[in-house]
Amino acid sequence: MVNVLLASLIDGLLIGFVYGIAAMGLSLIFGVMDVVNLAHGPIIALGMFGVYLLFSLLGLNPFIALILVAVMGLLFGLVMYMTAVHRVIDAPPLSSLLATFAVNMMIIGIGTSLFTTSSYNVEYSLGTVTAGPINVTGTRLAASLIALLVTAALYWFLYYTRTGKYIRAVANNRSSAELMGIPSTRILALSFGIGTMLAAIAGGLIATIFPINILAGGSYELKSFVIVVMGGLGNPLGALIGGLILGLMEGVVPVFMKTTWVPVLEFMLFIIILLVRPQGILGAKE
Amino acid sequence: MILQVQNVTKRFGGLTAVKNVSFELAEGHILGLIGPNGAGKTTLFNCINGVYDPSEGKIIFRGQDITGLPTYRAAHLGLARTHQIVRPLNELTVRQNVIVGACYGRENLGLREAAHVADEIMAFVGLSQRTDMLASSLNVAQKKRLELARALASRPYLLLLDEVLAGLNPTEVSAMLDTIRSVQQMGITIIMIEHIMHAVMSLSQHIIVLNYGELIAEGSPEEVSQNPQVIEAYLGDPDLAERLLEEDRI
Amino acid sequence: MKLSRYPGLIIAVLLVVLVSLYPIITGSASARETVFTVLMSLALASSLNILLGYTGYVSFGHIVFFGLGGYVGFYTLTALHWHLLLAVLAGGAAAAGLAFALGKSILRLRGAYFALATIGVNEALRAFINNFEPFGGPVGMDMKFAIYNEYGGAMQALWIVYGGLIVITLGVIFTSYAVKKSKFGLGLMAIREDEDAAEVMGVMAPNAKTWAYVLSAIFPGLIGVLFFFKNGNIEPGDAFRLHLSIELIVMVMLGGQGTVLGPIVGGAAYQQLRKTLLTSPLFKNIQLAVAGFLLLIIVLFIPSGAVGWLRSRFATMRRVLE
Repeated sequence: MVNVLLASLIDGLLIGFVYGIAAMGLSLIFGVMDVVNLAHGPIIALGMFGVYLLFSLLGLNPFIALILVAVMGLLFGLVMYMTAVHRVIDAPPLSSLLATFAVNMMIIGIGTSLFTTSSYNVEYSLGTVTAGPINVTGTRLAASLIALLVTAALYWFLYYTRTGKYIRAVANNRSSAELMGIPSTRILALSFGIGTMLAAIAGGLIATIFPINILAGGSYELKSFVIVVMGGLGNPLGALIGGLILGLMEGVVPVFMKTTWVPVLEFMLFIIILLVRPQGILGAKE
Repeated sequence: MILQVQNVTKRFGGLTAVKNVSFELAEGHILGLIGPNGAGKTTLFNCINGVYDPSEGKIIFRGQDITGLPTYRAAHLGLARTHQIVRPLNELTVRQNVIVGACYGRENLGLREAAHVADEIMAFVGLSQRTDMLASSLNVAQKKRLELARALASRPYLLLLDEVLAGLNPTEVSAMLDTIRSVQQMGITIIMIEHIMHAVMSLSQHIIVLNYGELIAEGSPEEVSQNPQVIEAYLGDPDLAERLLEEDRI
Repeated sequence: MKLSRYPGLIIAVLLVVLVSLYPIITGSASARETVFTVLMSLALASSLNILLGYTGYVSFGHIVFFGLGGYVGFYTLTALHWHLLLAVLAGGAAAAGLAFALGKSILRLRGAYFALATIGVNEALRAFINNFEPFGGPVGMDMKFAIYNEYGGAMQALWIVYGGLIVITLGVIFTSYAVKKSKFGLGLMAIREDEDAAEVMGVMAPNAKTWAYVLSAIFPGLIGVLFFFKNGNIEPGDAFRLHLSIELIVMVMLGGQGTVLGPIVGGAAYQQLRKTLLTSPLFKNIQLAVAGFLLLIIVLFIPSGAVGWLRSRFATMRRVLE
């Protein structure tokens, strides 16, 4: 029993890092521009298929492919921001929700016609790492390490580079940041790009662990909402903690009850946190 | 006494925006509330009409303790206010804006009676020509009048005016002053926050002065304007203050 | 009551009556099915509009009321053997009850927070019913064919459901119009424009919002029962399809939020468009992408919707197009 629990705990924790970066992307975008990106799930799916295609068509190592996927995720976000989001950035929330949802529909529409909704697998293995009674698949371990690395890089970028400081300034108060001479449109576009890049990376990592399909991003988008609210909307680093909590829940809860109860608990938690502590467990953006 | 403010304190985290302020207001008077920027004047208004729940102290309005009641309860009891930064209901017409005030104010009117009241009030404040325009299309002076009209349409006993003169040109200021005098003649008690000294001095029967959240002086306009502490608080330099006050009167 | 004083209402009602009479006159079952979909869309969109358009609160998971109503109605029909009329009322009551409870809680949240919370509520309920054995868990429930016999057989039952939907649709339109023209509606619009300023003017926003939410939830609850009765089975995926929720928002936006006629025009136009795309050989495979592209164009360039655009463009239209 203890072993089963420990194994589930570690499995959950490892996947939690990946959930964390997916949610971080959503949270960063909300924090900087108060936009809930409803194309988040499909972009995660694009990341999945990016790694899948590069691996199965070009034979690229999935973790190398991930770098390309990240770059494409960034570019996609820049383009999406300039075409679909920039015009509604100051409109009521409905406009940006719908604009991003429109992108969601386009990605899913085209994705479905290309790949249908059937399942694909990245046939790549890194063996199994065994430590005492615990077995962990190599890809899962690698994915969580990369997720951790990406988190560290994001932290460094936001807090120790000039551009990162610009992003935080714009998040804090866009009009004052503009008065200080920060080119806000470029910063907004970049933040959006980083947000979608994180989503694409998360998708790519998930593709190395689980089977994928074009609609699979949707459930990760919902998980990201839950995580983001736990960690505090607009607080990207809180998202990591939220991701770990969710991962742990998914790992541990099935030991005690049916797996299908997990989403019930997740969404209950989501609503309760929104009601009693909308700033999240760690506090929302300053 | 229509309003008694008793030892009101409002803290935001470590900052005390209003510190132990008490005053009383007789029915039918105009009370001027002055003080430098950031002195806590608008915060005090927000405590009076329930936008904020004071950290300490009590607000007694017409004999009833209204401390911490929601703003709409205060409105129903006859307490109306205007906002320093105008808040028109943009996508509604001028008339609809004023009807909201009449419908949901002290008299809780139905739509039809409210429309009559609104027409009357719009004529009174001089917005009759613009009744069917969207509120968003008014200019600043008109939006200030709209704020006033909405507040008056609720038939209040007490009206809180937060810088209704700010941003107006001299002609508009003197027109607004006439309007405020007529409001007083309708029997409505007024507290006004104002930076234009000659306006407050000429309208108010009584003035209170806030500085760093504390009430530092009160009295008739003459008393207050000669109070060295007030002049000091306002400008730091009594001589300069004296001169500016003189200029203002001209 | 002089009818000419209510041009906005009359146009809306006439549109709906004309469209819904067509299958009745021709007796065509396929026309009835098409019109059923159109009526259901515009009724759902119109009820959403009471919250979204008048009050300014974006309910992204509005379909939860359709699903919950459907489930409660279905349960009373199959397990408790209630009459369809009672079942429909039970569905509406369940939806209203949920909206009331939510109104007292999540309606405190504003903007994106509220929108996210409504998604959460829909997903939570879906996940819960997935585990709820009395409602059949993940496989849902089926309707025994015998039940249709109580209504004169399946054919007859379908016509009854159709008639019921017409009545409900007209009910939604009257409600939407009455709200818009009432003091209550004016209070809602004040909340939409500036909630804090509205409260300062005396609008009891917490109450008003809750009642708007309840009103906008009842009709989806009623319709859900009819839909799943006609459908013959119900399962969590069909009842709480978030996608349908968002389609409703698109319909409201397409026609013009905050107008009575907008969601009617938008609902009908959206379904027509969908049908065209689905049957066109060119767009069949990417109909979702095309719809997304159109949505983006509307949001970016005509955010007030078709009816809203006409109203702002031609002042004379304002009296006619409510």
